[in-house]
Amino acid sequence: MTLVETTAVEPAPAQKPQGYWAGVGARLVRDPLTMICAGVVLALILAAVFAPWLGLADPYKGSMIARLKPIGTTGHLLGTDEQGRDMFARLIYGGRLTLFIGLMPVVLAFFIGSALGIVAGFVGGLTNTIIMRTVDVFFAFPSVLLAIAISGALGAGIVNSLVSLTIVFIPPITRVAEAVTSGVRALDYIDAARATGASALTVIRVHVIGNVLSPIFVYATSLTSVCMILAAGLSFLGIGVRPPEPEWGLMLNTLRSAIYINPWLSALPGMMIFVTSLCLNLLSDGLRSAMNVRD
Amino acid sequence: MLSYLIRRLILVLPVAFGVSVICFLLVQIAPGDPLTAIMPVDATAEEQAAMRAAYGLDKPLPVQYAIWIGNLAQGNMGKSIATGRPVAGEVFGAVQNSLLLAVSAAIIAFPIGTFLGFLAGYSRDSWIDRAVTALSITGVSVPNYWLGIVLVIIFSVNLGWLPSMGAGPGGSQSWAWDWLHLRHLILPAVTLAVVPIGIVARTVRALAGDILTMDFVQALYAKGMSRADVLRHVARNAAATALSVMGLQLGYLLGGSILIETVFNWPGSGFLLSNAIFQRDLPLLQGTILVLAMFFVAMNLIVDVAQAAIDPRIQRT
Amino acid sequence: MSATDVETYEPLPDTGGPAQPLLMVRNLRKYFPVRGGILGRTQAMVQAVDGVSFEVKKGETLGIVGESGCGKSTTAKLLIGLTPKDEGEIIFDGIDLGEGLSLKQLRKGVQMVFQDSYATLNPRMTIEASVAFGARVQGLDDPEGRARRLMERVGLDPNRFAHRYPHELSGGQRQRVNIARALAMSPRLVVLDEAVSALDKSVEAQVLNLLSDLRREFGLTYIFISHDLNVVRYISDRILVMYLGEVVEVAPVDSIWAEQAHPYTRSLFSAMPAMDPDHRTKEPPLSGDPPNPINPPSGCRFHTRCRFASEVCKTTPPRLAGLARNAQHLVACHLHDAASGHPKAGQEVAA
Repeated sequence: MTLVETTAVEPAPAQKPQGYWAGVGARLVRDPLTMICAGVVLALILAAVFAPWLGLADPYKGSMIARLKPIGTTGHLLGTDEQGRDMFARLIYGGRLTLFIGLMPVVLAFFIGSALGIVAGFVGGLTNTIIMRTVDVFFAFPSVLLAIAISGALGAGIVNSLVSLTIVFIPPITRVAEAVTSGVRALDYIDAARATGASALTVIRVHVIGNVLSPIFVYATSLTSVCMILAAGLSFLGIGVRPPEPEWGLMLNTLRSAIYINPWLSALPGMMIFVTSLCLNLLSDGLRSAMNVRD
Repeated sequence: MLSYLIRRLILVLPVAFGVSVICFLLVQIAPGDPLTAIMPVDATAEEQAAMRAAYGLDKPLPVQYAIWIGNLAQGNMGKSIATGRPVAGEVFGAVQNSLLLAVSAAIIAFPIGTFLGFLAGYSRDSWIDRAVTALSITGVSVPNYWLGIVLVIIFSVNLGWLPSMGAGPGGSQSWAWDWLHLRHLILPAVTLAVVPIGIVARTVRALAGDILTMDFVQALYAKGMSRADVLRHVARNAAATALSVMGLQLGYLLGGSILIETVFNWPGSGFLLSNAIFQRDLPLLQGTILVLAMFFVAMNLIVDVAQAAIDPRIQRT
Repeated sequence: MSATDVETYEPLPDTGGPAQPLLMVRNLRKYFPVRGGILGRTQAMVQAVDGVSFEVKKGETLGIVGESGCGKSTTAKLLIGLTPKDEGEIIFDGIDLGEGLSLKQLRKGVQMVFQDSYATLNPRMTIEASVAFGARVQGLDDPEGRARRLMERVGLDPNRFAHRYPHELSGGQRQRVNIARALAMSPRLVVLDEAVSALDKSVEAQVLNLLSDLRREFGLTYIFISHDLNVVRYISDRILVMYLGEVVEVAPVDSIWAEQAHPYTRSLFSAMPAMDPDHRTKEPPLSGDPPNPINPPSGCRFHTRCRFASEVCKTTPPRLAGLARNAQHLVACHLHDAASGHPKAGQEVAA
């Protein structure tokens, strides 16, 4: 039995065995812009979650005499809003609902859309036709229009916003998941796995999901920025979060009446939306290159 | 080409059907009884039943859908609950204003986006490229309803150069081609143009960059062609894809102007839509969404067919 | 053979006895639809495999050769049910697939090694996990231990390679992994579809030797598909020649090397670079591309490229039958059928 020696003829690659995720992590750490954006998003989320323990002013307690104080007022770092409520506290607390409604629909749509797309791509045939033709119909609506249509019909409210935005983002994720899965399904290692006698579900679970999830995930992260803007936009239109809850889009709306009195104050909530959405976009771009996902 | 056109037209039918179903269902998912808006509060059970029968609301959903689509085919989109006027007239008047805004934004966005994208793609990895890339990421990340407010703060509140509200002097609803009206168009159109500038620039940058590294471009240089001639070749190759992206963006501009119209009180379809939402005017909501979505479907169709006609590389039989 | 190997290898029991061919294929047919037009209707059929019949005896290696597109790989995929067959019977050790034998059972008995060693391995899985997957699916005990023992057996030190990923291995090493993976299911028949074609010549020789050793050790039967006649000759006991989805000739290696009865086989062999300068071929090479399998020629499918074609070849498909002087040597050609009506039938055709 001399066969073990024969491998010596073939050059063994020098690099250490390295898993996929270790490589992604290493590339991410070397990308300063992405790390900064990740830091900003993380800080916003942590501040929102731990807002009650940060020693902030009460975001609901107004004062008739301290309305629309400018930025830099003593006791009110970022001034006060049209009801005299502390802007800094409201902006931090506002992150709770804004980030939740801005990110949650993409998370939900990621699970639902991936499931639909993977099934459509792997099973093919009539199942594929039914799922993908339904998806096509939703593509006939620009996303803003669809979100406003559903939210407008359902009425204002946090749950209604979550429902309408999730419906908006399921079709694009399904389409990407289907495309990626049909690509993977045609590869030889899926044939090799099927040749073992494994059931379709086992093949999907062990061989398909691991190889399609990262491109779908990267695509989903690229939608978070749009979702944030849309979620805040719904509240801005008055069909999202109801007053008096602090929420950036809603705050931007109520402060519009103050643009002649204290213009830059009224632009602050929008600034928060912009910074978050920019960081989410850059973070998604960084993830895309770190995970080697091609467009 | 003709066979492609026919096939594409046939493929539109199921999508149009699906769109109509979704618009029909919008009213069904709305909470509350549609009758409460029209019925007096003290109506008896018999009166309610009679009204229900009169509006066909006692019939099963597919029958209601068939009646609705039948009326639609005759141009009857129902009556607005708030004003009592036919929905069709209200919607088409508003869509004209929205189109004006969308086309103006496109006229601003497409040349600027193309120019920036071409500049960046032609000088890959230079500081110009990085600046354009940063600009386009900013453009697609900015909530444009907020940008509208910022522009109002700068140009209306601080500088006082441009009006911030409406489509004409004194809240005028009717459009005219004079400076008094055009002044009102500038801020909303510029605001609306920012996102498509970013998207068009990104698309053109990628296209130009890809094409410039292709073999045939090297061959053109090798043939002794001048820089300008090579650029012309590259532009023609990129045109089909770029045009299709722009066509879709025009569709998005019309559907996506709702928030901007609210910011600027622009009397377009978005403004109509937000009024419909607040007055729970469901027939108006339904009609507006339907018209905007169908416009988007038509836009998609035109883009596909145009792309097939322009791009010699795509054989569509 | 070591004790561990015996424990590792638990093939299905021999049910039919030594005389029963391990695999019998009867009239296997697969047409692929070509869609198009306004509604995407089926407009034509690619006749990829059309009425293929053959047998594989226990313990032998059957080589399958032919030009690319002749249906070799489709036949392989039909055998393990990766592509569903349109028609025909697959009988494994005397038991019909679909009657006494389920697809899952068949896949326990028949395994496949593919050409592209990289594409057939899941890039996100370690080598050990890939090899163990099949054993786990089939419910065999200790899949990891089984995987490590087989890795050792195919010449890959499990301590060095078990936790590596496919991209960290060379082509030859990956193909050893693929062989180990196929063997982890303890199959009785292994279909090798161009399994060594992508390897360097020196590595190819090592892998071929490994395959020969494994066959002896585990009592395997091989179907070896390749376009390389020299490799097929080296490893096979019998050779089957396919042309446009049909079997044109089947014969023991020595017999077909001595005499290629079908004109197509002759052209195929003459296209082979001669190893011996004194035995240069005088046969003109085959001209043109194979005809379109969507609309294959009538009668004998080879008649459009055959020097000996006559009227009967254009109208009547020839039957696969044994030569008069050697019943083991089967050929489908009117030249060798005295009753066919071909003007040169039964004569010795000069090469």
